[in-house]
Amino acid sequence: MLEVSNLATEFHTPDGVVHAVNGIDFELRQGEFLGVVGESGSGKSVTMMSLLRLIPMPPGKIVSGSAMFDGDDLLEMETSDLRKVRGGKIGFIFQDPMTSLNPVLTVGKQIGESLKLHTDATTRDAKRRSLELLELVGIPDAEQRLKSYPHELSGGMRQRVMIAIALACSPKVIIADEPTTALDVTIQAQIIEIVRDLRTKLGTAVIWITHDLGVVAGLADRVIVMYGGRIVEEARVADLYATPQHPYTRGLLRSIPRLDQKGSDLQTIEGQPPSLRKAPVGCSFAPRCEFAFDRCLTDTPQLTTVGFEHRSACWWDLDNERPRDEL
Amino acid sequence: MNSEQTAETTVDTAADTTVDTVNQGDREVLVSVSGLKKHFPIMKGVFRRQVGAVRAVDGISFDIYKGETLGLVGESGSGKSTTGKVILQLEQATEGSATFDGIELTETKGEELRKLRPRMQMIFQDPHSSLNPRMTVASIIAEPLREHGKGNAESQRKRIDELLGQVGLSPMHANRYPHEFSGGQRQRIGIARAIALNPDFVVCDEPIAALDVSIQAQVVNLLEELQDDLGLTYLFISHDLSMVRHIADRVAVMYLGRIVELATVDNLYDDPQHPYTQALNSAVPVPDPVVEASRRRQILEGDIPSPSNPPPGCVFNTRCPLAEDRCRTEVPEWRDIGGGHYVACHLVDDKSA
Repeated sequence: MLEVSNLATEFHTPDGVVHAVNGIDFELRQGEFLGVVGESGSGKSVTMMSLLRLIPMPPGKIVSGSAMFDGDDLLEMETSDLRKVRGGKIGFIFQDPMTSLNPVLTVGKQIGESLKLHTDATTRDAKRRSLELLELVGIPDAEQRLKSYPHELSGGMRQRVMIAIALACSPKVIIADEPTTALDVTIQAQIIEIVRDLRTKLGTAVIWITHDLGVVAGLADRVIVMYGGRIVEEARVADLYATPQHPYTRGLLRSIPRLDQKGSDLQTIEGQPPSLRKAPVGCSFAPRCEFAFDRCLTDTPQLTTVGFEHRSACWWDLDNERPRDEL
Repeated sequence: MNSEQTAETTVDTAADTTVDTVNQGDREVLVSVSGLKKHFPIMKGVFRRQVGAVRAVDGISFDIYKGETLGLVGESGSGKSTTGKVILQLEQATEGSATFDGIELTETKGEELRKLRPRMQMIFQDPHSSLNPRMTVASIIAEPLREHGKGNAESQRKRIDELLGQVGLSPMHANRYPHEFSGGQRQRIGIARAIALNPDFVVCDEPIAALDVSIQAQVVNLLEELQDDLGLTYLFISHDLSMVRHIADRVAVMYLGRIVELATVDNLYDDPQHPYTQALNSAVPVPDPVVEASRRRQILEGDIPSPSNPPPGCVFNTRCPLAEDRCRTEVPEWRDIGGGHYVACHLVDDKSA
């Protein structure tokens, strides 16, 4: 349904070029829940913002790539057409609901705005639909809440309003960028429960960007792991956690403690995240990788099939403990 | 902790204790908190009259044993950071007592308190705002040494190199500025500063919250190593329950200014008694799809109430799935239900032997 290929985004700053996204390919299927995991600077947010051309240009620049959605290329489309897609067929949920809601408009106005822009709803229709949406995302006292301003709501409630806005025009895809990161864990659990429930009800496809491997474990169908502006591994959720094929994914999973297990030693990934200022040559994880050898420093590994619907970008074969043959 | 520095530091004796994890009965209490309260006044009107108070910390009691790590967990606004600050006297307590090595801190002032400072240090959450951007790493780490008159320029120089090594940086980094470092490295600088004076007790206030996942384990491992090497006692404040399970010996759970449960790590995670602890545990996602698929999640309704207007009775009664009438009127007693497992809940029975 959404097919991204060879997407690359750069930022041209006075201090040089930042290579934020370095040629990535992925697809999103109908009704699928795709988790995108990565640390800060891995390019996960920039990727999704690039899709809807939401990055500030300049300094940002989409250098190459295409993003086919419903038969059209989002990256080539006229801006006026793209506006119809944003908030219409593709809904967006941002991390911080305080800064992404307009503080001087009531909740009802903001949901209605989106409806009136994308559908031919009258004010009356919009109000009725807004009410439905607020109830759908579990906001108590929905009628009253339509008249509330964002500051009158708690963080969890604001995030529910964001979800309601994203859902307003029955989108085919929702892109959620760290939607629960700013929330407390009990509130995060509420939001996750709502999202899970809505998926079964509405069948919307979701791209859920996060740094938390725990959150996607229980939600996603497939997971993409990003590092240094590239996808390093992609697999169905069970396979990714059970048999990670990229040293970064494996290292990451071993470095996080688990609530359900007694404290064992945490293994660490030594070193620091890569600088995106250098031109991307070789594997960006190589300096921190215990398996790195000559080739990793010069050749950039491409995503290769390593199992059923399982792709990894690494020259080292973790299972057989030897370099991979020619790809 | 070797070389001439040891001779110069006057407060080293306590840090040398190596016997830690013996049975609870004969463990030495290093920090003791009792009935501690911190209310921030709310002022209003032309005359700035006090119209209310934010009860950030509202009567908490616990001990921290020498050499242990006490985890303090809670959601934002639960008062966990304030607790750390009040113990270290960075905030003045409204009521109650906090003792350190038998000394009543709430009554210690001025020069006396300053003399105690080297023994109690803090590691902050945000390594960006807690390091002065205009000071080199060397001067940041040397500041506590200078402030407390430890050694001369030459020995301080040596100590800085030693500290940098201890936290996994190299002496080469000494003349750089904080902005030249990544978040994880900056946190290491903050840790070096905190241990510069050989403290006994360190309050770690969300030390990993601002760091990337792959860096968190590095910093936590470093904290554990330093604890082993230097015999440190930690109060580890965090909202990350999984990490606290990893690092802590005992854990206290805070909600709206009160501690609702305190127990050893295993008891708290495997046999939580307070309904809030149970809900909190079940809300934390586990990075394992198989486990997640079979977990039953207990979803708490609503939000944490305002600490300026906490509900009467048990503070958790507005969200508690089990709340009864008396929970809404009577404040539950903070009691030991057996084996050092403390709970404040009307509905929890004592553990029978």
